Amino acid sequence: MADHNNSHNSHGGERHEHGSVKSYVIGYIISIVLTIIPLVVVMNDMMGRTATIAVIMVTATLQFLVQLVFFMHIRDGEQPRWNAITLIFGILILLTIVVGSIWIMGNNQIGMKM
Amino acid sequence: MLENIKEFASEFFVTGDPLIYGADASIVLATLGIVFVLTYFKKWGWLWRNWITTVDHKKIGIMYILAAIVMLFRGGVDAVMMRTQLAFPDLNFLEPEHYNQIFTTHGVVMIFFMAMPLMFGLFNIVVPLQIGARDVAFPYLNSLSFWLFFAGAMLFNLSFVIGGSPDAGWLAYPPLSGSQFNPGVGQNFYIWGIQISGIGSLASGINFIVTILKMRAPGMTMMKMPMFTWSVFAASTTIIFAFPILTITLLLLFMDRFFGAHFFTLDGGGNPMMYINLIWMWGHPEVYIVVLPAFGVFSETVATFARKRLFGYASMVFAMVIISIISFFTWAHHFFTMGSGANVNAFFAVTTMIIAIPTGVKIFNWLFTMYKGRISFPTPMMWTIAFIPAFVVGGMTGVMLSVAPADFQFHNSYFLIAHFHQVLIGGVVFGYFAGLYYWWPKMFGFKLNEYLGKWAFWLWNIGFYVCFMPQYLVGLDGMTRRISIFSDPDWVGLNVISTIGAYIMGLAFLFQVAQIGYSIFRHEKDTTGDIWDARTLEWSMPSPAPEYNFAVIPQVHSRDEWWEEKERRRRGEKPWQLGPIEPIHMPKNSAIPAIMAVCWFVLGFGLVFHWLWMAIPGLIGVFICLYARSFSAHKAEYYIPVEEIERTEATLRGGAV
Amino acid sequence: MAQSPAHGSDHHDHHAAGHHDPQDIKLLGFWIFLVTDVILFSTLFATFIVLRNNTNGFEGGADLFNMTGVIAETFLLLTSSFTSGLAVLAMHQNKVKPMIIWLVITGLLGAGFLALELTEFVELVHEGATLQTSAFWSAFFTLVGTHGVHVTIGIGWMISIIIQIVRRGLNDDTKGKVTVFSLYWHFLDAVWIFLLSIVYLMEVM
Repeated sequence: MADHNNSHNSHGGERHEHGSVKSYVIGYIISIVLTIIPLVVVMNDMMGRTATIAVIMVTATLQFLVQLVFFMHIRDGEQPRWNAITLIFGILILLTIVVGSIWIMGNNQIGMKM
Repeated sequence: MLENIKEFASEFFVTGDPLIYGADASIVLATLGIVFVLTYFKKWGWLWRNWITTVDHKKIGIMYILAAIVMLFRGGVDAVMMRTQLAFPDLNFLEPEHYNQIFTTHGVVMIFFMAMPLMFGLFNIVVPLQIGARDVAFPYLNSLSFWLFFAGAMLFNLSFVIGGSPDAGWLAYPPLSGSQFNPGVGQNFYIWGIQISGIGSLASGINFIVTILKMRAPGMTMMKMPMFTWSVFAASTTIIFAFPILTITLLLLFMDRFFGAHFFTLDGGGNPMMYINLIWMWGHPEVYIVVLPAFGVFSETVATFARKRLFGYASMVFAMVIISIISFFTWAHHFFTMGSGANVNAFFAVTTMIIAIPTGVKIFNWLFTMYKGRISFPTPMMWTIAFIPAFVVGGMTGVMLSVAPADFQFHNSYFLIAHFHQVLIGGVVFGYFAGLYYWWPKMFGFKLNEYLGKWAFWLWNIGFYVCFMPQYLVGLDGMTRRISIFSDPDWVGLNVISTIGAYIMGLAFLFQVAQIGYSIFRHEKDTTGDIWDARTLEWSMPSPAPEYNFAVIPQVHSRDEWWEEKERRRRGEKPWQLGPIEPIHMPKNSAIPAIMAVCWFVLGFGLVFHWLWMAIPGLIGVFICLYARSFSAHKAEYYIPVEEIERTEATLRGGAV
Repeated sequence: MAQSPAHGSDHHDHHAAGHHDPQDIKLLGFWIFLVTDVILFSTLFATFIVLRNNTNGFEGGADLFNMTGVIAETFLLLTSSFTSGLAVLAMHQNKVKPMIIWLVITGLLGAGFLALELTEFVELVHEGATLQTSAFWSAFFTLVGTHGVHVTIGIGWMISIIIQIVRRGLNDDTKGKVTVFSLYWHFLDAVWIFLLSIVYLMEVM
């Protein structure tokens, strides 16, 4: 920040892709569909427990990806894509926190029952 | 009315202990002394303009280090008091409740308010200079980080004289830290002191990652970065993933204490073990956060003082990155005894053993760097050499602790205490001392006195082993941590020896204070800017560096660019082709960070005492500061004109450009 | 992290003279901040999942959730994420007025979301489900509430950006602010998807 001069006026506009109305509309429609699918499945008790959880998690993850690609433009920007790399590592830690906690705490409760 | 005030005061202020009254008196005297000196020498304006509102990374670094040294003193006094009690348990030098407070504050102060700021101090002073940048990516945020740390540290330390100190251990396990068993305000000080400074740490982590990724000099690819910068990158990456976990864990504990929620309570369906699980998800990476930069320091000092390129650069980078990733997969080894079963314990035992491998790789790299080198032994190098045996022993006892079945024996014994002090002092403290001595001339333009430094070095090392080796033995013999009284006569001798060691380390610290004091008045000015004949870019400029760091940013071609440049000059080749001096774009000073930190302090203090009338204005103040910054940020920059840069350079370099 | 030296070099050709684009730097900094927020929420999610069966004998989510309101909240926030994208699109075409209108619509949808969420909370409290009721409800209110606080801060932030654009017009600086704000807003929608899935849907199924 302390270290640039006026040359930045040439950046910003041209270099990045910003999507178009079309891509935003597509993203919006896909998101709506991906929201409705689990809602319908859950509210009407259409599937078994495991299958329902699978549908919920898969649609949620897909919708997250849709937001990333169509709205947040994760694929744009210059190389290397540090934002995407950070996000991937963040998701690794996210899974560690959630899965690790479930695993450890679940085993605790087994231990307590014995 | 008077009665009410008296009653309030007796609860508000900590009373009844001569030690506390002594502290009260010395705090008041020190404050008056500082106010008097500043007023007498008319230094208030200087303090405000040059320090409180500064966004210069070099000055922020100096403030971090100064605060860290003060906190080292406070944490050290705590340690010496504990050791005194344990040498003579029957004298009741410290009552058990007081002892609980002292070991709690010792741990908190040393990790959060000594190691972290000393680390950020080194980050700030070194990284922009090493990568050829004029400041960090977000100088304003950097200042805010410092002031949040400072507000948090002050809030925490206030608990010593107001309201009462926390006493549930440095990680404040519930249910002991919950309101049911700990109704006082001590734990609230703990939560908010750490929370506020933790937000600052998180912001610093982001700041240094972006600085390193985006602000490097042209030509400096990632694999040409100096190793200290790599270690900062690895540590900062770990910070940004670990500290949010701490923020939430403390928030949940706060919800329990303030709103009566049931996350970690014994009733209402709460589960205290979840706290232990979460806090170590932050706590284990935290250990690597503080030790990785120490590894970075050693990589710089070894190469400089062995006068050789660092051996195994790529494997060093790989080891650091691997350590920062695996550090997120070992946390359960802190609670093998919680009873999560053989599968969980086996997994975390193996990950713990795996993380020792990259650390071993690094040790060998340092040794091979020294092999056949022309080694000189000024104080930074002495600390580096002393680190290796200390850390190897500490690491080996760590591998012993990682064996889950054996850990049921070691858990919470003095064996564990000896282990983690060995890695934290032998690794982190030795490393930061090495860094402090190494970069001191860059910060102030003169070397610290070597004679007093060698005394301090030997006393530290002797005291260190005398203090902690007996603790391994007494731990294996069954002595557990956090007890102030024991009756086993076999433990007395070892505890007395250990206490002697602690006093020797205390003496060593006094030597260091004397060393700094003496060197300020009696020193030789460094005119070269490269006092150690070192290898990286920070040594290519005068000491101390001018506010804009580089008059012209150099083009980097190789890893040890400054060393290569000196080689080129020695061979009589053409030196760096630096472009013409251009006006330099700089950030303006800002008062908002310090003011916002005061607002955070007010917010925190209000929440500690459940005084919403105080907390809410504090919170509003925080948001006003955010708005004020958002509306004024675009005006917060200026240019240094070419003539001024030329004038500064001529003065600093004595016309010898 | 994984670093390829080959990429490093062409990255630097771009910054040949050592000049760094401040908007690029801010954008990366904000991305990293968002990732730390991901970790923040994942810790809350982990806590919620671990404590979800600890209802302390009181009714759980399946009995008390009002799904109509939750579904309405979902579509309000999803639509606001879409409109904040349209605002950014208008910004890149330098159309100030449409951009501000889209931002205001985004803010109103967000406010509608918050109003529904608050109504939901008030109803739950009336039925006896509070922070103090059980670990389940402590975790629920903290997790959903943290998201709500994020939305509230987002609205306040957006108002400040609109004021600045009205005063100073569109330039690199204000454009950067809108870009960063829209990222934040999309992120909040993404978090809500997982709140809907894990907190509400998995509870009532």
